[in-house]
Amino acid sequence: MAISGDVLRDFSPEVVGEFHVLAVDDSFVDRKVIERLLKFTSCKVTVVESGTRALQYLGLDGDTSSIGFDGVKVNMIMTDYSMPGMTGYELLKKIKQESSVFREIPVVVMSSENILTRIDSCLEEGAEEFLLKPVKLSDVKRLTDFILRGEGKQVGGKRSQKRSRSDDFVSSLSTSCSSCDLSSPSPSEISSKKSRL
Amino acid sequence: MDRNNSRRQVAAMKQSLFDQGLLDEQFIQLEELQDDANPNFVEEIVTLYYRDSSRLISNLEQTLERNPLDFNKLDTIMHQFKGSSSSIGAKKVKAESSLIREYCRTGNAEGCRKSYQQMKKEYVALRKKLENYFQLARQAGPLERACRPK
Repeated sequence: MAISGDVLRDFSPEVVGEFHVLAVDDSFVDRKVIERLLKFTSCKVTVVESGTRALQYLGLDGDTSSIGFDGVKVNMIMTDYSMPGMTGYELLKKIKQESSVFREIPVVVMSSENILTRIDSCLEEGAEEFLLKPVKLSDVKRLTDFILRGEGKQVGGKRSQKRSRSDDFVSSLSTSCSSCDLSSPSPSEISSKKSRL
Repeated sequence: MDRNNSRRQVAAMKQSLFDQGLLDEQFIQLEELQDDANPNFVEEIVTLYYRDSSRLISNLEQTLERNPLDFNKLDTIMHQFKGSSSSIGAKKVKAESSLIREYCRTGNAEGCRKSYQQMKKEYVALRKKLENYFQLARQAGPLERACRPK
């Protein structure tokens, strides 16, 4: 938990220009649009046309040894769902199955089809968000803000509330402490409750 | 002045395209991505769209010529076509594409072929109209700010 928190905390607004997004889409037009959307939001963008290419780029295609591989730093992945060959869902799964660094990268799935089961399975598999196409500037702004503020989702969990990871930890600590001190009933209270039953 | 007049004409033409139901909000979204460094982004994207989708059009026509009609193949191509059309805000073309997909779902070959003809008409007509629009917009001046039609 501490490691992933550190990864996110590195990206303060001052380094927004270095926020690197890898976009994956088989549609030429959509690649151009998403690229422009991201550049407009001051992100560094790499666009690829397939899941296979995306994995190659990340160094996860098995051809490159991950040990000592000087992979490019990617802060977010945005992938189309419906792609020939490897779907966005399959790409999402592959990334989330990786150890450490790669699993931490927020993956956003985009689709022109509003299918509830599809949305659910992507979120279950660990997608940061599911966006309906055509993707808007406000969607991209919201995403980059959200992730830059270090409020990304927890590993393996469902979509998080908008609180930072460190806040969660602190608040849960205080809650458990107070329940220890105050909520454990005294023996006399327990017996009185029992008698009422 | 001339420039104001040109700008009014551009706005009127855009309004008309929206009134005719040819364009939707996505077109405005794309205009909002234009800036000094990328003043013609929308025109570039539309040009790319027509170039890229011409390949899909050939595929579509080949597929429609066959008997019996391969509805799955047709639907797959239409999914791509509809997607790109949606990305540039081509409202009517997108709607016609949805119709074709519906006919694919119900296995209606006649319906597919007829609605394809209609869709192609809209697709071709939109190209001409957008070419005119972009030409006028260029003449009116480089900073055509995105403004929502009423």
